[in-house]
Amino acid sequence: MAANASQAKTARGPDAAFILKKAVISALVALVLFSLMIGIRTEAGSDGQLTWWTRFGDLAAMVAVVFGGSIVMELLRRWWGPVDTVRVVPPSAQKVFSFAGRALVPALLIFTFLVPVIFYDERYILDLGILVLTYVMLGWGLNVVVGLAGLLDLGYVAFYAVGAYSYALLATNFGLSFWICLPLAGILAAFFGVLLGFPVLRLRGDYLAIVTLAFGEIIRLVIINWQTLTGGPNGVSGIPRPTMFGIPLTPGDDGLAALLGIEFSPTHRIVFLFYLILALALLTNWVTIRLRRLPIGRAWEALREDEVACRALGINTTTTKLTAFATGAMFGGFAGAFFATRQGFISPESFTFHESALVLAIVVLGGMGSQLGVALAALAMIGGFELFRGLEQFRMLVFGGAMVLLMIWRPRGLIGHRAPTVFLERNTVISSDLVKEGHG
Amino acid sequence: MNINDILSVENLTMRFGGIVAVNDLSFTAERGKITALIGPNGAGKTTVFNCITGFYKPTSGTIRLRNGDDEWRLEKLNDFRISKIAKVARTFQNIRLFPGMTALENLMVAQHNTLMRASGFTFLGLFGVPSYRAAEKAAIDLARYWLDQIDLLERADDAAGNLPYGDQRRLEIARAMCTEPALLCLDEPAAGLNARESAALNELLLKIRADHGTSILLIEHDMSVVMEISDHINVLDYGVQIADGTPQEIRDNPKVIAAYLGADEEEAIAVMEGET
Amino acid sequence: MDYFAQQLINGLVLGSIYGLIAIGYTMVYGIVGMINFAHGDIFMIGGFIALITFLILVSIGLTAVPVILLLVLLVSMAITSLYGWTIERIAYRPLRHSFRLAPMLSAIGMSFVLTNFSQVAQGARVKPVPPIITGGYTLHEGADGFAVRLSNIQIIVVITTIVLLALFTWLVARTRLGRDMRACEQDQTMASLLGVDVDRTISMTFVIGAALAAVAGMMYLLYYGLVDFFMGFVAGIKAFTAAVLGGIGSLPGAMLGGLLIGLIETLWAAYFSTEYKDVAAFSILIVVLIFLPTGLLGRPEVEKV
Repeated sequence: MAANASQAKTARGPDAAFILKKAVISALVALVLFSLMIGIRTEAGSDGQLTWWTRFGDLAAMVAVVFGGSIVMELLRRWWGPVDTVRVVPPSAQKVFSFAGRALVPALLIFTFLVPVIFYDERYILDLGILVLTYVMLGWGLNVVVGLAGLLDLGYVAFYAVGAYSYALLATNFGLSFWICLPLAGILAAFFGVLLGFPVLRLRGDYLAIVTLAFGEIIRLVIINWQTLTGGPNGVSGIPRPTMFGIPLTPGDDGLAALLGIEFSPTHRIVFLFYLILALALLTNWVTIRLRRLPIGRAWEALREDEVACRALGINTTTTKLTAFATGAMFGGFAGAFFATRQGFISPESFTFHESALVLAIVVLGGMGSQLGVALAALAMIGGFELFRGLEQFRMLVFGGAMVLLMIWRPRGLIGHRAPTVFLERNTVISSDLVKEGHG
Repeated sequence: MNINDILSVENLTMRFGGIVAVNDLSFTAERGKITALIGPNGAGKTTVFNCITGFYKPTSGTIRLRNGDDEWRLEKLNDFRISKIAKVARTFQNIRLFPGMTALENLMVAQHNTLMRASGFTFLGLFGVPSYRAAEKAAIDLARYWLDQIDLLERADDAAGNLPYGDQRRLEIARAMCTEPALLCLDEPAAGLNARESAALNELLLKIRADHGTSILLIEHDMSVVMEISDHINVLDYGVQIADGTPQEIRDNPKVIAAYLGADEEEAIAVMEGET
Repeated sequence: MDYFAQQLINGLVLGSIYGLIAIGYTMVYGIVGMINFAHGDIFMIGGFIALITFLILVSIGLTAVPVILLLVLLVSMAITSLYGWTIERIAYRPLRHSFRLAPMLSAIGMSFVLTNFSQVAQGARVKPVPPIITGGYTLHEGADGFAVRLSNIQIIVVITTIVLLALFTWLVARTRLGRDMRACEQDQTMASLLGVDVDRTISMTFVIGAALAAVAGMMYLLYYGLVDFFMGFVAGIKAFTAAVLGGIGSLPGAMLGGLLIGLIETLWAAYFSTEYKDVAAFSILIVVLIFLPTGLLGRPEVEKV
C-alpha cells in the first residue's frame, strides 16, 4: 500500500508539470486563435461603415477558460482511462447489465405511454415529448438506410420535407384529410427515395455523401424557388389539424370533447398528437424489426457487410439498395406529414442540412442499427438541446461541440453491438468491432 | 459443346488496358466432375473466374453453361443473375463472408432468392403468413445441414468474423452451396490451411461431388489438394493454356514442369509431387 | 458574344476561389480519407480574419495598398492555418483509426462550432468593406455599348490563384514534405515504418489546406466586399462539389472542378435564372457522377475481387 502510494506520488511529480505545460500551450494557441476573432469586434454602422472596438477582457477570459479546461480535461482523461480500451466487466455485473437491458425497453415504453397522463398539465413537457418522438421516428427511418444497409445519406431531410409539403399542399389545395394524406406522403417520399437511389447506385463512400447532400439541397432550393406551388420562403400556412378519424379536436359542437360530453381543453389535441407520433414511431419500429428478419432485411445487412459477396450469391444489389432508400424515405415522409399537421405551418427553414446532420448524429450515436440506441440517442440529443434553449445564440455552438465530444467518447455509438436476426441455439450479441459500416 | 460438359469456355480473351491477362483461352469442365485450373502466380486464373462469375466482362470469347436443358451464355448475363439463374456459385481468394453476421445468417443470406419468393417479396412475410414461416424453417434446415457438413454446427450462432481462418474457408463453401449451384467455383480454397485442414477440405469437396452431383471448378496452388481430388486439370501460364489432362498426365508433362517454376526442374518436380 | 465573354471572365474568377477551397478538401481526403466538413468554415474564418486585420491596418494609418494586402494575406494565412491545425488536433486525430462515420460527424460538429463561434463572436450581420482595389480595363466595347471589363481585382484573384497553384504543385512534387504527403496517401503504416512522421505530415496537410482557404476567404472579401458567418456553408458545399467533380484526391482535378462549378453557376445565372443556379451546379454534379463515378480526373476505382 505504502509503496504504491509513494510510487503514485513520484509519478505525479512530472505529471503535474506535463499537464501544466499542455495547458500553457493550449492557452497560447487559444490566444492566437481568439486574438482577432474575440479580441476585436466589428460591426456595420448605420451608415454602412464598419466600426470596430476591442474586447480584451473577453479574450483574457476565454484564454483562461481554455487553460483551466485543458487541465480539467487532462485530469478527467487520466481518471476515466483511455477511451478505446476494452474494459473488462465481471460476469456478475454483466448479468445485472443484461437484466437492466431487458427491463429497459418495457420500462421506457410504459413510461412513454404514461407521459401524457403524468404530465397532463405540463404543456412544455408534452411538446418536448412530441419533438423527441418525431426525432426517434426520423432516426429509426434513417437507420434503415445508414444502419442496416450501410448507405450514407446526408440528405435525409429531403424526404421529411417531401412528406411535409405533400400533406400541406394536398390538404390546403384539395382539402384531403390527414388520414388520406399520410399514406400518400409516405408513398411520395418513397418515390423520391427511389429517385435519389438511382443515380447513387454505383457510387460509394464520400461520393454517396456529397450526392445525397446535394439532393437534399436541391429539394430545399426548389421549395424556396418554386413559389407558385410551395409559397417559397413564406411557406405554407393554415395546414389543417389532424382529426381523430374524422372527429375534429375543436371546441365546436361536433368536436371530440362535445361528443364525449367533457369540457374542451386545448391539451386534448396535444395529447392526441403525442399518441399519434408514438403510434407512428412504434409502427416504424415494428416494421423495421420485422424487415430485419425477412430476406430483404438480411440482404440489407449483407450489403453493408460485403457488396461483392452479395452479388456472388445472386442478390440483386440494385433493388436491394433502392428498397432501402425507399423504405427509409417513406418513414421520413410519414414523419414529415406529422410535422406539418402538428405545426400548422411549414417553411423551407425547417428543412436545412442541420436537420439531416442531427438525424444522422442520432443514428450514429445510437450505434448504427440498434433500435434502442437510436431512441436513447434521440432523447439525449433533443433533450440536451432543449437544456440550452435559454442560451439561444450558444445553442448550436454547444450542439456542435457536443457532437465532437460524443464521437470522440463513443465512436461506435451508445449501443455498440448487433443482435442476430435468427439463431439455432444461443441468441448472443455480436461485438461492433466485427460489424462493417458499409461503403456509404 | 459436349453433352457431358457443364461449362465450356471458348476463345476467352480479357484485356486490361494494354495488359492481356487471358489470351484466347478455351477449356471445358465436365458435369459432376472436379476440374482444376492451375498455373503460376499471375497466370490469369482469377481473371478467368471473374469472367465466369460475371465480375468482369470479357473482351471477347464465349462462356457457355449448360444446366439440364437450359444453356446460358454467362458473358451476357449480369453479375447477380449468373448466380440466381445460371446457378453458378463462387468463393473468393480472400474470404468474403459477412463478418458481422452469424454463421447461420450467412447461410440464410445465401438463400435470399428462394426466401424472397416465399415471402411474397416481403409483403406477405411482413405479416408472417404460414407459407413463409414454413419456407424459413426449410431454409434453416438446409443451413443446419451444411453447418453439420462442415462441422460448424456448434458455432452456428457465432459471428462469422470470429471463426478461425480454416472454419471461415469452409463456411464460405457452405454458403456457396446454400445457393444450390450447378457449378461451384472455388478460388484457392486451401490457401492458408494446414495439412489436417486441407485433408478435411478434400473430403468435403469429394462429398459435395458425390452427394450433390455438383460440378466443381477449382483454382488451387496446393498440389496435394489438386492432385488428389481433381478429375481433370488445365494448366495456364501467361493467360494461355499450356496443358490439360488427368492429374497423372499433368504430373508427367515436362512443359508444365518447365513452366511452373521456371527452368528449375527439381523444384518443379517437388511441387508436382505435393511435397511443399 | 461580349456578354458571354464577360460571364466567362466572371465565372473563371469565381471558379478560382472555389478551386482554392477545393484543394483543401481534396488534400485532406487524399491523405486521411475523410471529408473535412469544417473546411468551408475555415474559409469563412479566413475571410473574417482578413477583414479584421484590414480594419486594424487602416486605422493605424497605413495607406500603401500593396503593403496592406500583403500583411492582410500573411496574418490571415497564419492565423487560419492555426485553426486548421487545432481542428485536426481536437476533432480528427483521436478518431483517425476509428469507425469511418465518426470523424465525419465530428467534422460536421466542428463546422457547427465554427459557424456559430463567429456568429457569437462577431455578430450575425453581414460585414461590408469599401472596395479596396478599384479600376480595371475595358477589353472590348461593343456597338450596343456593352463593354467587356476586366477589373484589377479579378486580375489579382486569378494571378494569386495561378501563383499559389504553381507553388503548391512544386511543394507536392519536389519537397520533402510533399514526398511525405504522397507516401502517407499511399500507405500510412508503411510510410511511418520508413521514418515519415505521419502525425506531422497530416497536421501540415491541414495547415496548408487552411492557408489556401484563408487566401480564398481574403479573395472573396476583396471581390465581393463582404463577409458573414454563414458564407462558409454554401461555399464549402460548392467547393466540395468541385473537388468531387474533378475527382477527389486529384489536385488538378480540384482546380478544374472549381473552374467548372464557377462557370456553370455564372453562366446559368446569366442565361437562365439566378434562383436555380445552385440547383444547376448540384444537378450537374449528379449527372457527371452517374457517368463518371470517380469524377473527371479521378483514378478509376478497380474493383478487386
